[in-house]
Amino acid sequence: MIAGMAIVTFAIRYVMFPISGRRGFPTPFERALQYVPPAVLAAIIVPSVLMPGGGGLDLNPLTNPYIAGALGACIVGWKWKNLLLTIVSSMGIFLGYQWLIQ
Amino acid sequence: MKTIITSDDGKPEKYTPRHQFIAGARDTFPLIVGAMPFGIIFGTLASAAGVSFAGTMGMSMFVFAGSAQFISISLVAAGTAWPMIVVTTFVVNLRHMLYGATMVPYYKNLSRPWQMLLAFGLTDESFAVAIDRYRQRDGAPNKHYYNLGSMVFMYTNWNLCTFVGLTAGSSFPEITQWGLDFAMPATFIGMVIPYLVSRPMWASVITAGIISVAAAGLPHKLGLMAAAIAGVGTGLALEIISKGENMDYKKMDTAVNGIKADMEQKNMGTAVHGIKADMEQKNIDTAVNGIKADTKPKNICTAVHEKGDVAR
Repeated sequence: MIAGMAIVTFAIRYVMFPISGRRGFPTPFERALQYVPPAVLAAIIVPSVLMPGGGGLDLNPLTNPYIAGALGACIVGWKWKNLLLTIVSSMGIFLGYQWLIQ
Repeated sequence: MKTIITSDDGKPEKYTPRHQFIAGARDTFPLIVGAMPFGIIFGTLASAAGVSFAGTMGMSMFVFAGSAQFISISLVAAGTAWPMIVVTTFVVNLRHMLYGATMVPYYKNLSRPWQMLLAFGLTDESFAVAIDRYRQRDGAPNKHYYNLGSMVFMYTNWNLCTFVGLTAGSSFPEITQWGLDFAMPATFIGMVIPYLVSRPMWASVITAGIISVAAAGLPHKLGLMAAAIAGVGTGLALEIISKGENMDYKKMDTAVNGIKADMEQKNMGTAVHGIKADMEQKNIDTAVNGIKADTKPKNICTAVHEKGDVAR
């Protein structure tokens, strides 16, 4: 099972290099690629915040501390543009809020 | 002008492999902080799910894909058959194919072992850090060492944290209840914010976010792929539309022509393949014709020449 997981993971990450050869991609494709990281990350972030633990949608900030933490991360990240500060402070907000509402 | 201090061997000091490696590791540090709780929880959950010590470490060492590892652990705990787990891993990691595609122009001049090594370490975090560096048009050399530094740091940390989770985590199993998994969205939010500099980017992220929740019910985590594709499509479409507004008609035309040309190039690619195939066939034909021709009148000449050669 682990060998299979390792093989598919590596294959996915590597496959584009031999395929593309030495030739670049057409421009619209390259332009589309710049949207890949933020779109993928957003698609991971939103469900993990609004549907914590893989459960149903929980939009109530009184029962879902992930919302408070995520809002904190957005505000701190936007204001100071510092990744380390964003992670540490939003973890603090999340844990504090979680403790508070429990 | 930038002054570049050169070392003894004449290379610019600032961008030696060593410097780039260290810079890559340094710039990855914030993401390491975010990945640490994630790795520890993984180790803890794996032992709780009944995966062996060697199996858990092996996963971190050879698979090296955080979210896929997490999901596989929950599938193991649910008694899922291993081929299904491999398929799920494939789907969850499909986004890394897009990362690979993004890296193609930057890896294309590297040797195959380098490509394979860097591709193995193409995690969300190292990708984000490395692509940022590659896109700076400062012409600095050895950016692949920067990428390597980021990757090695992430890899070492991930395996260490898995180990800590396996050993210490089993003494404090309640660690999984602390909600430390919030470290992942926290890290990713911090990673997304620098991208939000234009309207298409905003639209792309918002669309991806909405679709990811709307499509969360899809099996095998396919909602993630759907959301990512929708987000990328929205961003690109808006970019093309908004550029069109600011451009005069002529420029639009050029843009359209550019796209057409690109499309034609794609077709050309296919066409070239077709031609190649044709040529191969033609070659055979020509060759056959040639042979036929040879066997007819030329034969005599060649025969004569050959005889002449032999005579000389």
